[in-house]
Amino acid sequence: MTVHPVIRTVLQRLALGVMTLFFVSLVIFSGVEMLPGDFTQAVLGQQATEETVAAFRRELGLDQPSYVRYFNWVGGVITGDFGTSFSGRASSGVDRSRDVVDLIGPRLWNTMFLASMTALVAVPLALFLGITAALYRNSIYDRVVNATTLATISTPEFFVAYILILFLAALNPIFPSLANISPDTALGERIYRSTLPAMTLSLVIIAHMMRMTRAAIINLLASPYIEMARLKGLSSSRVILYHALPNAWAPIVNVVAFNLAYLVVGVVVVEVVFVYPGIGQLMVDAVTSRDIPVVQACALIFAATYIVLNLLADIISIVTNPRLLHPR
Amino acid sequence: MSTSEGYTAKDEVGQVRVRRTWAQRTWIDLKKAPPTAWLGMIVITAYLIVALFAPLIAPYGEAEITPNSYAPWGGDHMFGTDQIGRDILSRLIFGARNTIGIALATTFLAFLIGGGFALVAAISRGWTDQFLSRVVDVLMAIPSLIFALMLLSIFGSNVTSLIVIIAVLDSTRVFRLTRAVAMNVVVMEYVEAAKLRGEGLGWIMRREILPNIMPPLVAEFGLRFSFVFLTIAALSFLGVGIQPPTADWGSMVRENASLIQFAQFDLRAGITPLLPASAIAILTIAVNFVVDWFLMKTSGLHDEH
Amino acid sequence: MSTDKNDVLLNIKDMVIDGFSDEKWHEIIKGVDLTLKKGEVLGLIGESGAGKSTLGLAAMGFARPGCRLTSGEIWFDGVDLMKQSESAKQKLRGARIAYVAQSAAAAFNPAHTLMDQTIEAGVRHGLVTADEAREDAKKLFAAMDLPDPNNIGDRYPHQVSGGQLQRAMTAMAMASRPDLIIFDEPTTALDVTTQVNVLAAMRNAVEQFGTAAIYITHDLAVVAQMADRIKVLRYGVEVEEADTQTMLSDPKEAYTRSLWSVRSIEKEGHSVDDKILEIKGITAAYGKIPVLKNVSIPVSRGKTVSIVGESGSGKSTAARVITGLLPQMEGEVLFNGKPLPLRLKDRSRDQLQRIQMIYQSADTAMNPRQTVGEIIGRPVEFYTGKSGKAAQLRVKELLEMIELDESFLDRYPGELSGGQKQRICIARALAAEPELIICDEVTSALDQIVQEGILKLLMNLQETLGVSYIFITHDIATVRAISDEVVVMYQGEVIEQGSKEEIFQPPHPAYTELLLASVPEMEVGWLERTIDTLGEKRAAMG
Repeated sequence: MTVHPVIRTVLQRLALGVMTLFFVSLVIFSGVEMLPGDFTQAVLGQQATEETVAAFRRELGLDQPSYVRYFNWVGGVITGDFGTSFSGRASSGVDRSRDVVDLIGPRLWNTMFLASMTALVAVPLALFLGITAALYRNSIYDRVVNATTLATISTPEFFVAYILILFLAALNPIFPSLANISPDTALGERIYRSTLPAMTLSLVIIAHMMRMTRAAIINLLASPYIEMARLKGLSSSRVILYHALPNAWAPIVNVVAFNLAYLVVGVVVVEVVFVYPGIGQLMVDAVTSRDIPVVQACALIFAATYIVLNLLADIISIVTNPRLLHPR
Repeated sequence: MSTSEGYTAKDEVGQVRVRRTWAQRTWIDLKKAPPTAWLGMIVITAYLIVALFAPLIAPYGEAEITPNSYAPWGGDHMFGTDQIGRDILSRLIFGARNTIGIALATTFLAFLIGGGFALVAAISRGWTDQFLSRVVDVLMAIPSLIFALMLLSIFGSNVTSLIVIIAVLDSTRVFRLTRAVAMNVVVMEYVEAAKLRGEGLGWIMRREILPNIMPPLVAEFGLRFSFVFLTIAALSFLGVGIQPPTADWGSMVRENASLIQFAQFDLRAGITPLLPASAIAILTIAVNFVVDWFLMKTSGLHDEH
Repeated sequence: MSTDKNDVLLNIKDMVIDGFSDEKWHEIIKGVDLTLKKGEVLGLIGESGAGKSTLGLAAMGFARPGCRLTSGEIWFDGVDLMKQSESAKQKLRGARIAYVAQSAAAAFNPAHTLMDQTIEAGVRHGLVTADEAREDAKKLFAAMDLPDPNNIGDRYPHQVSGGQLQRAMTAMAMASRPDLIIFDEPTTALDVTTQVNVLAAMRNAVEQFGTAAIYITHDLAVVAQMADRIKVLRYGVEVEEADTQTMLSDPKEAYTRSLWSVRSIEKEGHSVDDKILEIKGITAAYGKIPVLKNVSIPVSRGKTVSIVGESGSGKSTAARVITGLLPQMEGEVLFNGKPLPLRLKDRSRDQLQRIQMIYQSADTAMNPRQTVGEIIGRPVEFYTGKSGKAAQLRVKELLEMIELDESFLDRYPGELSGGQKQRICIARALAAEPELIICDEVTSALDQIVQEGILKLLMNLQETLGVSYIFITHDIATVRAISDEVVVMYQGEVIEQGSKEEIFQPPHPAYTELLLASVPEMEVGWLERTIDTLGEKRAAMG
């Protein structure tokens, strides 16, 4: 039974993605192995008694070899149990710690909301700007857009964020400077309060995406078959739409995926600036308080998102590749 | 029928380039550089001077505490003081030295690690290359800020761990780029000719490959520097990077962030947190302008006339 | 070759075209005139850099990015293209003037079928409906002798071979029945046995529809088959123009005569029993794909063995096996009677020294960041251990051997011409004082006159130094000129081998027969005479 090359390649990529996720989980897990000294004592505090510490250690399974602990952890992850947070454990032994899942759940949802809001606006706008800049290369429009985006991608996200706060919240109170949302905020209110963070993220993403799209399209337009199309006397719109576009999917999708992955990272800083209750801010807090299970869980989720996005980009490139769609 | 009418090999004319010395070429390039590149170079030079001569320029010490906290702009303190009375201008100046210094060190380390491994991978090919590339793929599958956060929570936020962690994470990008350009060179026949001669790995790396991949590497150095710089600033801003009392622009933003609420009443106080943020932004923009020009010049892409 | 020869179709007057390089505009075409009548075929020949391709595109009023049409007049059927708007020129392109590119593989859009692209110009210009165009395209495919003409249009470019693509591109150009077609080196990238079919197809098409054509090439024998008149260009200026027959028999300019010269070297072939190198029963593969099957080649000491074949024949692979870059699976390589280790890294420096290699493309064969002195000097130091003054002296000696002087010592490869670069590569090989030099298509990328010079140099060196050559090439004329012994390869196997005289005299095995017959000769009418017999020879190969 011969499998169509497209299907075969897609399956190979999926397998590769799963393997990468596996290795990433190994890396994340082994991070804990490198914790110096006896951190259990540090977590519980100076006053903790030996029995409390010992009980804690047994609970974490620290008396077992690492691979056993790894498999326990992975098994837990797959069933949705990320362990319990270190915060909330008192030296007295009273355990008011919460399941990591409960902590992350609502935060993840918030971050997804913010990211989607941003992507919905940013992606079409960036693609439009990038493609038009490539078509009208070296015009005033192109040069201005180029310089502006170069400046934007060079600045740190918190700079953009504070500029926006300065002009749109502090000097002219149009939007709130702190994104105060909770699970029961109405949709409209949610959008209003999330506007500034979304705007910050959008500006950065648009700049990156626009530049990369422009570069990809210019590269494409230099292909010999584009020159051939021109020599056949075809109109510019025909050349772009019929000849360039079908070959542009792969590069454009790669650009979008790369930048959505970038979005995942930028969201952390933005959430901290606006005190937006998302998973990025949760991770930063957990890092500051050395709450390892939370840090691990967040890292795993971020990494998984990253891998999935890249996988999606790969698969779309494969599916739009004429050499694979129509094999010899 | 013969071919020669005074034909000699010496007289063969072809598409040859005109010969110029390195200095002449650099001057011609500089003259044609766009204003953005000039601006960038001036800014970078200014920053480097401030960073080098910080102790001589700053009016106060880096962590020197004065009794006026939250002093407004003007008088003894040009940009006022922060919440425990340290002069903001001085901390800005010292911040240049600290932040730029750490970023440079990290970038050099990243290039050493990433570049070195990449050259080995490109020359050896086969299993070595596959193995190294897979390792890099896995490391790159975790977004670097996140990975850095995770590692810093484990190893703690001191200058050494900061430099090493970010250098290792960034070396993956350097690896990718160096390997790509080195691969282009490795398939050239002059590399094969050197191999056929029996030249060793070290010779081939140093004399055949490295000189031919310098332009993209130099550009990448600039790009990596700005990325590292922004990452360190972001980490410090988040509180897990450079720790106080060391002056650092990222943490200065965080320390003074609350001032922005007062913009309506005292504009200058409100802008205070933007000062270190602008310092970061301006340097990165300058570096990117220069790198952009450099890339355009060396890639030989010419735009339509 | 045509019906109506009295109407002028294209009249280019005093054309000046500039190109942008090294931060300045340089003249590529410096005031050239060109006239073409309806139904006539003009051959435009010249060496690389003569500007022929740029002039051809100018006939469509088109300049590539980095070029500009500075001044002159381009009269196409009563309209000056230099004064027309872009949209007016667009209406002509693809409809009345068509272009056939050098690389068909690059010129076809990988995302669409051949049929869609073939009918596109005609349909978009409003000349035919889609259905009419499709039917017509199928007939054109058949006229171009493409396999399965009714269905081949449904294929994608990557599913079809290079020669077939080139013919499909000609069909695409013909689809709108243009008045003028510009053929830009269309067969340069093809094997000689494929080329002959493509040439025949193009000729038939042009004759059948009475199309005028400009045929651009650097290959003299090819242009003799295709053109009514020939114009010679050199450094952007016209050297001579005349009708084909006159050009071939009585060229006026010295430069034209120099292009016409067939190899002036004629050497008698000799074999000797003393074999410096023998490869015996070599079978090799890249991964699972076999590339050499039971190949055995002996090389006489101090003589030249030519390995001739087309792409895919395995000739370059044989060279890689000899140098140790590709370990063979079976068989052995004997040097001076003793077996050589399979892999490069198992060989001693002494063994490496005795066999040297010269490559086809001198641009990629030399490190652009090293001076000539360093490039030649390194092997001198590395192998002979000389350094300082002694090494310098030796380098100068080597420069003399390749007919260049000291002033070249501190030049970089980017400052040299193609022929000079190749000479430096020869000097680099000689610096090791080898016994055997493998020349891998060393003249294929050079212009005719320069090729001549290099071959003469190599022959002189063989006489003075007694070095043996393995000369890999696809050019039969070169083989005839310089070989002592010849090996013919096809698809990884040795078809025939022996002394030069044996090989070039009949009877031949079927492939050699086909190969020799496919090489164009510089006579008018060769193509018509040969094309029928070639069909039989191809069938004889089975």
